[in-house]
Amino acid sequence: MNKILSVLALLIFPLVIVGFQSFYRVNETEQVIITQFGKPVGDIITDSGLKLKVPFIQTVNRIEKRILLWDGSANDMPTKDKLYITVDTFGRWRIKDPLQYFLRLRDERSAQSRLEDILGSETRNAVAKHELIEIIRTTKGRQPAVDPLLEGADISTLLPITRGRRQVEEDIYAAASSKLSEFGIELLDIRFKRINYNDSVRQKIYQRMISERQQIAERFRSEGAGEANKIIGNKEKDLQEIESEAYKTIQTIQGDADAKATEIYANAYNKSKASRALYNFVKTLETYQDVVDEKTTLVLTTDSALYRILSEAEAGDVK
Amino acid sequence: MPQAQQELPDINLSPKTIGFAIAVLILLYVGYSSYYTVSAESVGVLQRFGHYHKVVDPGLHFKIPFGVDTVTQVPIKRQLKEEFGFGTPGATFKDQVGSKQQWDLETTIVTGDLNTALVEWVIQFRIEEAYDFLFKVRDPGEALRDISESVMREVVGDRTVDEVLTIGRQDIETSAQVKMQEVVNLYEMGLRIDQVQLKNVNPPKPVQASFDEVNEAQQERERMINVARGEYNKAVPRARGTADQNIQSAEGYAIQRVNQAEGDAAKFNALLTEYLKAPEVTERRLYLETMASVLPKVEQKIVLDAKASNVLPLLNLDRQSGAR
Repeated sequence: MNKILSVLALLIFPLVIVGFQSFYRVNETEQVIITQFGKPVGDIITDSGLKLKVPFIQTVNRIEKRILLWDGSANDMPTKDKLYITVDTFGRWRIKDPLQYFLRLRDERSAQSRLEDILGSETRNAVAKHELIEIIRTTKGRQPAVDPLLEGADISTLLPITRGRRQVEEDIYAAASSKLSEFGIELLDIRFKRINYNDSVRQKIYQRMISERQQIAERFRSEGAGEANKIIGNKEKDLQEIESEAYKTIQTIQGDADAKATEIYANAYNKSKASRALYNFVKTLETYQDVVDEKTTLVLTTDSALYRILSEAEAGDVK
Repeated sequence: MPQAQQELPDINLSPKTIGFAIAVLILLYVGYSSYYTVSAESVGVLQRFGHYHKVVDPGLHFKIPFGVDTVTQVPIKRQLKEEFGFGTPGATFKDQVGSKQQWDLETTIVTGDLNTALVEWVIQFRIEEAYDFLFKVRDPGEALRDISESVMREVVGDRTVDEVLTIGRQDIETSAQVKMQEVVNLYEMGLRIDQVQLKNVNPPKPVQASFDEVNEAQQERERMINVARGEYNKAVPRARGTADQNIQSAEGYAIQRVNQAEGDAAKFNALLTEYLKAPEVTERRLYLETMASVLPKVEQKIVLDAKASNVLPLLNLDRQSGAR
């Protein structure tokens, strides 16, 4: 009994090892190249599942089927307008020709370093050929919205472009993808991830931003003062207008009244010879009333009208 | 321990018992590894020998053990998010927050007028296609971070710093969302971008003070204008009132003047009528009446003879007045 078991165990153990060596699984995300003593044999296995191979002799080489990331390192480089910027790019790629890829590069690490070489230098070339704004902006002729509060202020606007970010990315793509295809790599796209000013440039940019803001602030202050002065001026104008109009109206009203009164007086006094005489007489008497008071010294000559009346009256009474 | 050693010899270790124990253990393992549960917010993606087999709904399911069937749970109903330039604790997704050292770089964006703005944002997304998410792109979470940063820079790069900081926020959010979705579709990542939200958007720190200065200047402008308006409002309506008052009093004067004239005229006319009836008598009466009212007031009265050639023949009436 024990002997049989031991023999069985001795037989099964190699069988299990052979089985593990003959079967292999291909994941949904990979494709496989079978090599025999390091030399690729047969077709590339692109569909997933459980597969069979010659044990011990053949080896399985797994190669990614998914879209892969290339994350470039951030590099300092100058633009056409001599601004130093730090550019960080990334791209998507895929192993299009696994055999070519396997033969030329062997593994992903060398693929990544090849991508870095090619895309890095193409990025440099493209950036050096363009002004900074060309890799910042995308849409030609876009009109920026303006904050109503800043309306009329001399704020910076969008700088014009002739090509734009997408176009520059396309340039790099076009230049690099043919170089990469000989490695069995298909470049799907390349994009700028980050573009920042280099530290030395940044200080200058900040200075410019500060001076621009200060100029806007100055404008607001002077606008405020100007507007206030306008209102004060308006106030003075309105005051003078109101006062002078009132003066005019008052003078007109009073003049009219005086004229009317004069007319009334004239009509009454100038009616006839008798009225004129009476007016003269009455007015003279009134004048006496007004002129004579207790401080007046009255000097009467004996032939004055008053004296005569007085003396006549006395004489009349006596008579 | 010594006790256990003592007890060990008691167990009967025949090959039969060992075989039985192994069989039980295998059975237990088979039982344990042949079922799995998919949580309510997820779907399970079943692979047989690595080959994509099917998508299973939430609940309890059976599978072939020994690593033949493998299940990956994909939380398709969960709202996932990625944060840029900042991080809130308690991540829902492994790529939710970028590394802290990168935050400064993530936020710094050059605007379309070649200024710089610091932008923090969040994207909310969902896994729509579990198959695409698992098998089309390697490391879709990181890919999404790259896409998000790239697209945000593209959108902000097309705007002025003032748009980014104030009025353009909404516009940036919507265009970034649309563009991100486009790129995600291009890569077949199986994701749906639900929302892009801008969080803190600031000018760079060294510049901050000058932006505040603009705000202050704006306030200052409003203040100056309001003060001036106040002065205007203080003076002008009052002047208008005073002017009206003066005009009213002028009108009063006019009425009074005319009435007076008319009164005087009426009085004169009445007098004239009477005068014409008896001119001499009336004249004398008036004269005398006037004198009667005037003369008593006068304290010094001097009567001179018309024939006297100088002032010597003087009747001094002063004593008379003094006596009075």
